[in-house]
Formats: sequence, structure tokens, C-alpha cells
Amino acid sequence: MIAFLIRRLLQGALVMLTVAFIAFSMFRFVGDPVTNMLPQDATLEQRTELQERLGLNDPLPLQFGHFVTNAVQGDFGISYRNQRPVSDLIAERLPATMEMVFAAVVLSLVIGIPMGVYTALRRDSWLSHLLQGVSLAGISVPTFVTGILLILVFSVWLNWLPSFGRGDVVEIGGWSTGLLTVSGIKALIMPVITLSLFQITLIMRLVRAEMLEVLKTDYIRFARARGLTNRAVHFGHALRNTLMPVITITGLQIGALIAFAIITETVFQWPGMGLLFMQAVSFVDIPVMSAYLVMVSLIFVVINTIVDMLYFVVDPRLRVDAGKNTTGA
Amino acid sequence: MTEHNNTSPVLDVHDLHIEFDTRHGALKAIDGISLQIAPGEILGVVGESGAGKSLTGTAITGLLESPGRISGGEIRLEGQRIDNLSQDELRRLRGRRIGAIFQDPLTSLNPLYTVGRQLIETIRTHLPMNRAQARQRAIELLAEVGLPAPETRIDQYPHQFSGGMRQRVVIALALCADPKLVIADEPTTALDVSVQAQIITVLKRLCREHGTAVMLVTHDMGVIAEAADRVAVMYAGRLVEVGPVADVIKHAKHPYTQGLMNSIPTILHDVERLEQIEGSMPRLTAIPEGCAFNPRCPHAFERCRVERPDLIAVDEGAAACWLVEEGATPPPQARATADTLVDHHD
Repeated sequence: MIAFLIRRLLQGALVMLTVAFIAFSMFRFVGDPVTNMLPQDATLEQRTELQERLGLNDPLPLQFGHFVTNAVQGDFGISYRNQRPVSDLIAERLPATMEMVFAAVVLSLVIGIPMGVYTALRRDSWLSHLLQGVSLAGISVPTFVTGILLILVFSVWLNWLPSFGRGDVVEIGGWSTGLLTVSGIKALIMPVITLSLFQITLIMRLVRAEMLEVLKTDYIRFARARGLTNRAVHFGHALRNTLMPVITITGLQIGALIAFAIITETVFQWPGMGLLFMQAVSFVDIPVMSAYLVMVSLIFVVINTIVDMLYFVVDPRLRVDAGKNTTGA
Repeated sequence: MTEHNNTSPVLDVHDLHIEFDTRHGALKAIDGISLQIAPGEILGVVGESGAGKSLTGTAITGLLESPGRISGGEIRLEGQRIDNLSQDELRRLRGRRIGAIFQDPLTSLNPLYTVGRQLIETIRTHLPMNRAQARQRAIELLAEVGLPAPETRIDQYPHQFSGGMRQRVVIALALCADPKLVIADEPTTALDVSVQAQIITVLKRLCREHGTAVMLVTHDMGVIAEAADRVAVMYAGRLVEVGPVADVIKHAKHPYTQGLMNSIPTILHDVERLEQIEGSMPRLTAIPEGCAFNPRCPHAFERCRVERPDLIAVDEGAAACWLVEEGATPPPQARATADTLVDHHD
């Protein structure tokens, strides 16, 4: 377990280094930072002076070294557009995205798993067919369409929910949360539904497919032959065996949701990292873009490591040392 | 059919029919099987793959899955009719009065739970015991099936056991509520040859001790010879021969049974090539007129091609063959294989 953890951490470090290199190359290849930073009428002396100050005349490996050292300390430089440290901007925006994404993930698990189990167990009921049909729609409608439709119905027509923003937030130890105010919760509802709609259908279909597969296995047939109740067979034996792929996919999806909440954040003007990134792209704000890239990769790496560790919790076959596996018959 | 002993049978299957509903109409998979198992008796059921052996076992445990269904006949367990029970009543029966052992011990156990948990949940489903009592019983059962150090192994996961040990756990699971009947579906097929004999020995010993009757489904005549009291031979969804194990092995009446016996390899007799039954079992969609075996039968005559024989009592057994009714002496067997099998194991 310890060896496994160390191996995973080394792998993670390698991934992060690769990503850092890509983020670093952005500075070099996406336009000239000096041109970006200086006014148009800057003199040649000013240019060389700035180049020297930014360390752009150092050898490439040394520059990369500086970049990594700074990044590890959370220093991604100054945003071109806001003229504020990038780390501050990210820290401001991160809670908004995280809260929205985790609410969406919880919602998709809480709704998706029971729906998947139900449609697998009652394959021929009309409700299963309905859920299957609706889920097909859920999986094929693009996020921005859902978002816009929700705004039309609940903000424009019914005037129940705010169409943009995060509502009132409360600061708790540097983390601004919208979960403690009524307007914060109200503002959260539509973005979360928009974001989780696809996830719900994904989880539902995944659980259904896995469950159908598991229900065909010998140990389920044997559990029935032992006279266990349907509840014990379905929820005690079958469901737990379907959880492995669900954990994997959920882990990947959390990462993807954080990275690609961009559209939802844009539709609802949600002040999260996605919106920050969109603004950065339109202003070619390279420090923000590269910091975003590094942050998202870090989140991916961390979540996937957690997922790998969850396997150990769920599957005893991974837990026991391979050495003392079997005894003679 | 002979009545075994004078006690009433544990299992009495009468004229069982099983059909599969397909788009092209119903397929007859089991076509009128009748058999009885006396208390404590081990009945071997043999036949080629697809003869309907496992299907019969599945139907008895009430685990037949759609599109398969019992389309006729009755199944009685200790005199009580069980083929028309509700799903829930059948569920209570399974594990409690009918135990089951499956073919592959590697896949029969849930990999995510300890064997103890699986035993305890089965015991507590059927018997009024608290957790500690059930655990105690589970340990005793594991000791009974010959698992060394049951107190520690009870908390281990299936993957920590070898195939043979897992099949012992499966036997313990099948017997944990003291059922009157165990359906063992190819219990040794997936195991190493060296382990097969141990498993059969354990199964045989436990069933003797508990007075449990066994329906032992297998295609391995060696297993039958070693364990069974009586044998039922199946072919294309019907019984072709039933009788005491020694009779069937030494003096098979039905040409198909004779063919089965002759196809067993033996090292005692040096033969150039193995005997085999020419051709293959008919598909369910194309069962021939008359006796289903007639196209492959070396002794088939006119009547076999038009009229289907039912089981005809002869000696202590019965065979579904016109030769038997005509009183024709069964043709001599090609080799002494059968004798060696019986001598070797009895």
C-alpha cells in the first residue's frame, strides 16, 4: 500500500512536470510576453531591460527551473489583464467552481445510481423505458442548450431563480461559500442541474450496464441458489460489485467537470475558474492560462490518486499481499 | 422406474417438460423426465453437453430463467409440490431444503466479501440464529468440509483460497441450513484431477453424515462410479437409462450408455484409438422421429425410426430402448473399461 502510494505520487509528479513544461512553453510560443507587457511606444532599452528582469535571456532549462520553483510555491506571476497575482485570482475563483462541481457530482450520484439500479432490476417496467428514453435526451442535449432553456423557464417566465451570478456569499477562512445563504443556494440550483444532467444519465447508464452484467455472474446465481432475499442479492452483492467502474468514471468526471465547467459558467456568468479562463483567453492573459492548466492537471492527478486508493477500500483482492495468496488444495 | 427402498422419495420428478419460448415457437429442451431420489441417496445424472442435465437441476431449484419455463409435469420435494410455488416461497426453499453446488468454485463466491460473511448471511437467512451463533456454525461447517484452521480462514476472502478449498466452502454454503437435497452441478469439472477425488470424498461423506440426498450432475463417469448409488443417463432431453451404478456401468442396456462407457480412456487397456459414438447429439430443433438416438445407434432397426421408446423396466433399472423390450441380449461391450472403473473405485 505504501509502495503503491509512493509510486503513484512519483507518477503524479512526472505528470505535473510534463504539464508544467507545456504551461511554460505557452509563454515562449504564444506571442512575445515582452511585447504584451510593454506599451507600444517602448524603447529598445526598455525591452532589453525587461527581458533581463524577466530572466528571458537565461538558458531555457534554467528558466523552466524558475517557473517550476515558483509554481510549486503557488506563484504563477502577474495577470496581464488584472495586474494582480494570478494565485490570488485563482484562489478567489476556485471555491465557486468547486462548490458547483461537487454539488453536481453529489446530485448525479444520488440520482444516477438509484435510477441505474432500478432500470437494471425492472428492465421491462414502463418507468424504466421512460427513464431510458429521457436519459437518451439528457445525454444528447448540449449543456448550453439546457442552461439557456432553464434560464428561459425559471428566470424569465417564472422569475423564481436568478439567471446569473452566485448570490450572496459568506467568507469562511478565506473560502467564500454560497451554500449558507438563501440567494446562494438559489443561484446554485440551475448551474448544478445543467452541469449534472449529463452526469446523471452517464452514471445511470453505467450502473445499469454494469448491474446487468453482474446479475449474470455465477456468484449472483449462487447467492440466489442459497435462498438469499432479493434485497440481499441486489444491494448486498450485485450493487457493490458494480461500484468499481462507477468510482473510476466519477473520478474522471469530477476532473472533467472542473476543467470543462467553462460553458456552464459562461452561460450563468458563474464567477468560477472557467469564467476566469474564458476571459484570459480573450485577452491572451498567458499567466492565467498556464496557471489554470497547471491547476486543472493537479486536480486531475489528486482525484485519480484518491480513486486508486478507493479501489483498495472496495476490492479486497487488491488489499492482500500477492505473496501469501493461496494455499494448496 | 424402480422405487428405491420403501421410504418415500425426497425428490420426485414426474413427467417434467421444459420449453424455451423462441420466435419460432416453443423448443422442447426437457421432454418428459421422471426420476426419484430416496433420502440419503446419491443419484448421478450423466449425458453429453446439452442433454438437459443442468437444466433439470435448475428447474428443481426454481432458478429457471426466462425464456425457459416448466411446461408440464410436477416436481415434489418430500411429498410437497414445488414447481407451482411463488417466487418468494421458492426462495425460502432454496438453501433451506435444497442446496446447490455450482460448477466453478472460482466464480461461485462473491469476491468482495469474506467467506465468513457469505456463510453467516446464508445461515441467518434460514435459521433463527444471532450473529455469534451463526459464526460458530460457520466455523464448524468449514471444519467439517476439511478446511484447515477454520477460525482464521473464515475471515479471509475467496481469492485467498485455492480452487479445491473454494469448492469446499461452496459445499459448506450448500449444506449450511441442513437441506434434504443437494443439487451438485458438475462440482468437480473445473478442478484439477488431483483435487476432484477429494471434493467427491468430502461431498459423499457429508451427505452420508447428514442424510442428505444428492443429485450429482456430471459428464464424468469416473465421478459417477465413485460417488453415485444410482445413475440416470440423459440424451436429448430424455432419460435413456436408469439403474444402480454397478449395473449401468457393467451391463449397460442402452446402446448410448454403452457408447459412453466405451469412450472412457483407460491406461489398463492399450488401445489404438479411443472408441467414440459416431455423430453428435441432435439439436433441439431437429430431434429425429422415433428414438432420438437412432441415427447414431449401431443397433437401430425399423421400429427405432418410427416409434419413440419409453423407459422399460429391466432387472433393477430401466432403459428406453426397443432392444430391451424385444428381449434381445445387449450386444457385448467392446472393452472391459467399465469393469475396471467399478473395481477400481468400489
